[in-house]
Amino acid sequence: MNMENIYLAIPLAPLFGAIVAGLFGWKIGRAASHWVTILGVAVAFALSMLVFKHIVIDGAETYNKTVYVWMISQGIQFEIGFLIDKLTTVMLVVVTFVSLMVHIYTIGYMKEDPGYQRFFSYIALFTFSMLMLVMSNNFLQLFFGWEAVGLVSYLLIGFWFKRETAIYANLKAFLVNRVGDFGFLLGIAAIVYFTGSLDYMTVFGQADTIASQNIEIFAGVPWSAMTVVCILLFIGAMGKSAQVPLHVWLPDSMEGPTPISALIHAATMVTAGIFMVARMSPLFELSATALSVVITIGAITALFMGLLGLVQHDIKRVVAYSTLSQLGYMTVALGASAYSAAIFHLMTHAFFKALLFLGAGSVIIAMHHVQDMREMGGLKKYMPITYWTSLIGSLALIGFPGFSGFFSKDAIIEAVAHSDIAGSGFAYAAVLGGVFITALYSFRMFFLVFHGQERMDEHTREHLHETPAVVTVPLILLAIPSAIVGWYTIGPMLFGDYFGASIFVLPEHNALAAVGESWHGPAGMVTHGVMQPPFVLAMLGVFTAWFLYMKRPDIAESIKNKSGLLYTMLVEKYGFDRFNEIVFAGGARGLGNLFWRNGDVRLIDGLIVNGSAKTVGWISGIIRNVQSGYLYHYAFAMILGLLGLLSWVIYSS
Amino acid sequence: MINFTMPDFTQAYPEMFVLAMTCVILILDQFLSDARRSITYYLTQLTVIVAAVLTFNQFGTDTVVTFSGMFVNDSMSVLLKLAMYVVMIGIFLYSRAYLTKRGLLKGEYYALGLFGMMGMMVMISAHNFLTIYLGLELLSLSMYALVAYDRDSMVASESAMKYFVLGAIASGMLLYGMSMLYGANGTLDISAINDSINSGTASKQIQAFGLVFIIVGLAFKLGAVPFHMWLPDIYHGSPTSVTLYIASAPKIAAFAMVMRLLVETMPGLQSDWQTMLIMLAVLSMAIGNVIAIAQTNLKRMLAYSTISHVGFILLGIIAADKAGYSAAMFYTITYAITSLGAFGVIILMSRNGFEADQLDDYKGLNQRNPWYAFVMLILMFSMAGVPPTVGFFAKLWVLEAVINNDMTWLAIVAVFFSVIGAFYYIRMVKLMYFDAPEDEQVLEGSADMRLALSLNGIVVLGLGLFPGSLMALCVAALA
Repeated sequence: MNMENIYLAIPLAPLFGAIVAGLFGWKIGRAASHWVTILGVAVAFALSMLVFKHIVIDGAETYNKTVYVWMISQGIQFEIGFLIDKLTTVMLVVVTFVSLMVHIYTIGYMKEDPGYQRFFSYIALFTFSMLMLVMSNNFLQLFFGWEAVGLVSYLLIGFWFKRETAIYANLKAFLVNRVGDFGFLLGIAAIVYFTGSLDYMTVFGQADTIASQNIEIFAGVPWSAMTVVCILLFIGAMGKSAQVPLHVWLPDSMEGPTPISALIHAATMVTAGIFMVARMSPLFELSATALSVVITIGAITALFMGLLGLVQHDIKRVVAYSTLSQLGYMTVALGASAYSAAIFHLMTHAFFKALLFLGAGSVIIAMHHVQDMREMGGLKKYMPITYWTSLIGSLALIGFPGFSGFFSKDAIIEAVAHSDIAGSGFAYAAVLGGVFITALYSFRMFFLVFHGQERMDEHTREHLHETPAVVTVPLILLAIPSAIVGWYTIGPMLFGDYFGASIFVLPEHNALAAVGESWHGPAGMVTHGVMQPPFVLAMLGVFTAWFLYMKRPDIAESIKNKSGLLYTMLVEKYGFDRFNEIVFAGGARGLGNLFWRNGDVRLIDGLIVNGSAKTVGWISGIIRNVQSGYLYHYAFAMILGLLGLLSWVIYSS
Repeated sequence: MINFTMPDFTQAYPEMFVLAMTCVILILDQFLSDARRSITYYLTQLTVIVAAVLTFNQFGTDTVVTFSGMFVNDSMSVLLKLAMYVVMIGIFLYSRAYLTKRGLLKGEYYALGLFGMMGMMVMISAHNFLTIYLGLELLSLSMYALVAYDRDSMVASESAMKYFVLGAIASGMLLYGMSMLYGANGTLDISAINDSINSGTASKQIQAFGLVFIIVGLAFKLGAVPFHMWLPDIYHGSPTSVTLYIASAPKIAAFAMVMRLLVETMPGLQSDWQTMLIMLAVLSMAIGNVIAIAQTNLKRMLAYSTISHVGFILLGIIAADKAGYSAAMFYTITYAITSLGAFGVIILMSRNGFEADQLDDYKGLNQRNPWYAFVMLILMFSMAGVPPTVGFFAKLWVLEAVINNDMTWLAIVAVFFSVIGAFYYIRMVKLMYFDAPEDEQVLEGSADMRLALSLNGIVVLGLGLFPGSLMALCVAALA
């Protein structure tokens, strides 16, 4: 079969499902809507596996071709094209697999929702957009996918559009992403400016020319063009992948239904920024400054967002802050030039974070949409499948040796230790500290939900039972890769030449190579890992969680009471929200009011629009009096006209 | 020796047939009782249809000048006549309902209407100043009589009087201009004058003076400012069935007259008439659009609207190339159809004792009858030039022709005034759709009237969606 048709079919199958469910969902009904979208995504998944076999196992050549030329403007091609290499293949498999799981899970989660068909249409549309993003071979299509996933994210966060908080959250997500996207767009514009092309390969081929140029944004201050380009692109990634300070939208996005929190705001869309930076590695490698920025931002996100997870009561928000923190880890890996480690962690994280979200969703279904952990506890005996799968997810998250998260997280930590880019010292401390924090909040949540006293009310308790198969089967299917995928993939992905030419690392930045020198297979890594500080820290975190929340809850309470300022700071999320609300939102509203009152109401409406209308009306009222009704006036006008024309003839000749 | 050649009568079959039939109808009608007056009506429509068939048979033939150079049959005359027949069928159809309701259904209306049509046919096919004048007078005299058709109405009689006096002045001026050109060139034949002007032997001064008077005559017929004063009063004062006539078909004939007199006779004086027409066009667009805003009477408003559209038609002539002329022709034909529809709606809305000519009468039409409100909306949008109605393309092509001839400023002026003009068209839409109705009467109107009116609206929309074929015909007509 022609591979090009397969590549086309992968994004188009979900798009077909989305269109059918979206436009005809009201007609074909609920079951048909979920069948058509699930089939679409299942086809995409099956074909992705085929591509995986074709590219990875059979080792076929990288495919890079234009499918359709939209237009050519001043020599710049605007086109749709696919670049299918091993990096793309990983993303294809992860995206379609998680999406498929989430689709199935949604049948159970959204069972009673009136917007059932709409929801399926949106998530299938999301899958299409995300696939277009990762399969792109040019910046235009990348940007299209980037904006399209942002749009669907917006629609899904506000899925319950009658909830005030949901509307607030989706507006916030939209606005914050706008800031990031603006930087991203400027970055693409800068690339076009320097290279005159939107095609990846052409741009990468001219990377040295960009790096050799300077740009003066402020007169007299020359900046390296490559640094400017990379930082602008990274601002886009900061918005999409929720890095400090553009992270504020992600916790609020939890207003959306849980399946999309798993799919969009944990596993796939938020990792688009990570993917993009990895894809652009030939550019980022040439700017040490940009890499330093990346690693610093990532480290701040990894540590400080994890801390916020400690004080949350909403089960989904804990997972959300955990996502932020893990995205920070990936960004740190990017900054340390360990792009493959970032993608590796992206993959493992997609599995276990989707699992954790869906597990949380399963708990929420059982609890009749109560999300506050203070009203849970002791769910283990009611929901065994959810319990065990969540345990696997949590162990993977904290990096328990042998689980997938262990391999990817330890690889990142090791890579940072070997990196000598500016900022890597701070980053190392942050990611190491983050391990403890991760374990602490993960197991705090785990213990509060599944162990200890049953704090829910009587009515809820009576109805507690394990969720249906459409929910638990995806949990189990996700738990399998969460547990074992690291064993099989770490070797080729990190230390083999899996990515080949997809990722470019300068020799002097190659921290992973240094790690690889002392690497002797996954089993060796596990035995070695047990004696390393990350493992000790993680165990310490689990123990602390158990001690504070199971054994002696009173100590937790008194710590909370005594650490007044610190606690307030955490609850207030370091004041980012308040700052944005007062300075940016308030400022923008003030400015808008100013222009509206003076510019729009007074000048444009008052003077120009209404003023001119009044003037015309006034003139009209006067001239109409010429039409007196008297015959001799009319005849006189004709004579005047004749005289006018005659005098013109005499004058002009 | 007298050099006499037999004229080619086949070229004038439609005219001869219409003349004969009109006489038949005039006499036959005397013997009909009021109850059987519809025979007159059907005979009239039949006459127009047969004339259309006869004219259609001439479609695509070569240009023939016959009757000793008096008469021409070319592709332009065929197309314009066909367009005029279509409009005439609409006029007779719409006015029948109006006249019946008021007990005015007499044979004279049809006889005069057909004579007017005869006049227009002669104007369109004229190839000699005398023929042009003959056709014009035949049309005008029929019109004067038609305006006074409701002879008991004071307003109508006053209008007829005004029209007649002013029309006589204008005719006099036109004749005066023709006589000057005759004096300078020694001939009345259009081609001969053209040759004489190009040879440069005749006095330029006299020709220029003659041109001024001819333009005054044309401007009066078209209704261009400042020779427009008759138009609002006559539109307003005439019975709507007559206003309908004056406002539609004669525009096509007037366009033909402009083409024959200026474009075919005096291309040698092009720079002179171009400048004069620019003045008239700018004034027409300005005055027409601005004063229309102050009107509360729909018929008067449409009169001023006509004046502004005349400005636009003149723009195409001013462009003075094939594209401009064909754009102007397209504009004229589609405007006649649009205008026909607008007055048709007025007739549909009116009943005995209620003329439906106030803007306020249209309040809430959408609630009373959504379909005809929609038809009116299409017509108003077309006049305002809103896509996808045909008025948009008419304006677009005229402006394009003007811009291609390096008169961008003129196009800007035209657009500026059409923006002002859009106000009063859209105000109609606002009244129909957003105001509460004051009058709850169900719309009367026969089935054929309703069907024709619906068709009229659909044609205006359809020509906007597919303007290509009509435009291609207009371009071909000038080839």
